[in-house]
Amino acid sequence: MSDWRPTATLEMLKTRARLLSKLRAFFAEKDIYEVQTPILSQAGNTDPAIETFVTQEHENARHSIQPSFLNTSPEFAMKRLLAAGCGSIYQITPVFRQDEQGKRHNPEFTLLEWYRIDFDHHALMGEVNSLLRFVADGFLTLERSQFYSYQDAMINFADIDPFVASGEELKAAVVKAGIEVLGMENAERDSWLDLLMSHVVEKNLPLNCPVFIYDYPASQAALAKIRKGSPDVAERFELYLNGMELANGFHELSDATEQAERFHQEQLKRKENNQQGIPADHHLIAALEHGLPECAGVAIGLDRLLMVLTGAEHINDVLTFPFDRA
Amino acid sequence: MATYSTSEFKNGLKLMIDNYPCSIIENELVKPGKGQAFNRVKFRNLKTGRVVEKTFKSGESVEAADVMETELQYLYTDGEAWYFMDTKSFEQVGADEAAVGENVKWLKEQDMYEVTLWNDVPIAITPPNFVELEVTETDPGLRGDTSGGGGKPATLSTGAVVRVPLFIDQGEMVKVDTRTAEYVGRVKK
Repeated sequence: MSDWRPTATLEMLKTRARLLSKLRAFFAEKDIYEVQTPILSQAGNTDPAIETFVTQEHENARHSIQPSFLNTSPEFAMKRLLAAGCGSIYQITPVFRQDEQGKRHNPEFTLLEWYRIDFDHHALMGEVNSLLRFVADGFLTLERSQFYSYQDAMINFADIDPFVASGEELKAAVVKAGIEVLGMENAERDSWLDLLMSHVVEKNLPLNCPVFIYDYPASQAALAKIRKGSPDVAERFELYLNGMELANGFHELSDATEQAERFHQEQLKRKENNQQGIPADHHLIAALEHGLPECAGVAIGLDRLLMVLTGAEHINDVLTFPFDRA
Repeated sequence: MATYSTSEFKNGLKLMIDNYPCSIIENELVKPGKGQAFNRVKFRNLKTGRVVEKTFKSGESVEAADVMETELQYLYTDGEAWYFMDTKSFEQVGADEAAVGENVKWLKEQDMYEVTLWNDVPIAITPPNFVELEVTETDPGLRGDTSGGGGKPATLSTGAVVRVPLFIDQGEMVKVDTRTAEYVGRVKK
């Protein structure tokens, strides 16, 4: 048995170290400072698409018996720091998501997350692009980056208009792309859109070319501001490179009432799906009530970034000890 | 009825897909950071050998296929079925033409084969990667004949026809790779 050994080569460990120091140099130069926030919290992530690791019940600091939750993202804690007036910050931290294991997923992975005061999602996309080009230097020769609205990306790469297509037309586009899908009998419209994005658009994007996709359907806002219009869109973006989803960013929602309502809706959805109940982070709501400065934030999957830079086929190639060996 | 959830999918798992027993050969989780997760799965249809790709909404459950792979000894054929025996229990099963398929040309009495059983009925036969068979028919080769250089056809005792070098004579034993139907070498008797 050689399961005690790392799955990454020693060369890869050094490449990761080099990437980390380049990232830290990038932020130091811009006066964005590094923070650390807790990995174990009393509140979790209510997003029905994400399963939090939950500890056994134990007596917490307030003498009640409750489980604790491993972070799925440092977002809530970092926003509390922003509300406290910290200015622009970044963090490199392990996060945990159950049931996510595969070529591009490990239940524990590393996120690089940063927030910029007074940026909107367009300004932040520009900075993500600079960072990507800065760290890619010496690894990959990148084409000029492309920027598409979600609508244009779907029209260009999946031949469908996501804002006008009916449910039947979305299904037809999936069939036309040669995808045989099972278990979608009761699927929502957004699931069909996710299927088209992950199976069709992603595959058709140009090689060695960073592609930013922005202004998502309002139903996929997550923690982004919604901009009124026809239709309303979520001021959210994603970055794709060589078929890999690398980053997800928001022009951050700062309205406490709306945030509380979104948490509530997610909790209802979890109940409907028979998923475990997760307490929403009331500290975040309180921080938003105090006032979150206008800002944009983004999370980059660091392990995936390393995969793309080095051409690694499997996430295990860039991890010391993937979940099976951890 | 046993079922497997997508979170239990792994290579080699046998499932019923479109009413056929299939084996997972590749399972990839496709999950956006925000949104619906999918499992993109490649299967080998164990009856036809065909590879199909399907996408499942994660969390779905799929019926298990009652499939077993077992090493059995080939005995004989009566022209309609090919009979195999478990050398421990001496139980026999008959495989039909569809199950034996192209591999009929590698079946040699007394040799061991991997037989795939679905609900206890054979649906596929896998010969060993290499078999040793006697040449029953081939033209006498002329030594020193360099024309072509591609050898000559030879019929083996099981009916298989493979290309062999010119120096191979009728009655000799040859070793053949069943995956490519290529001659590997001459076997000393």
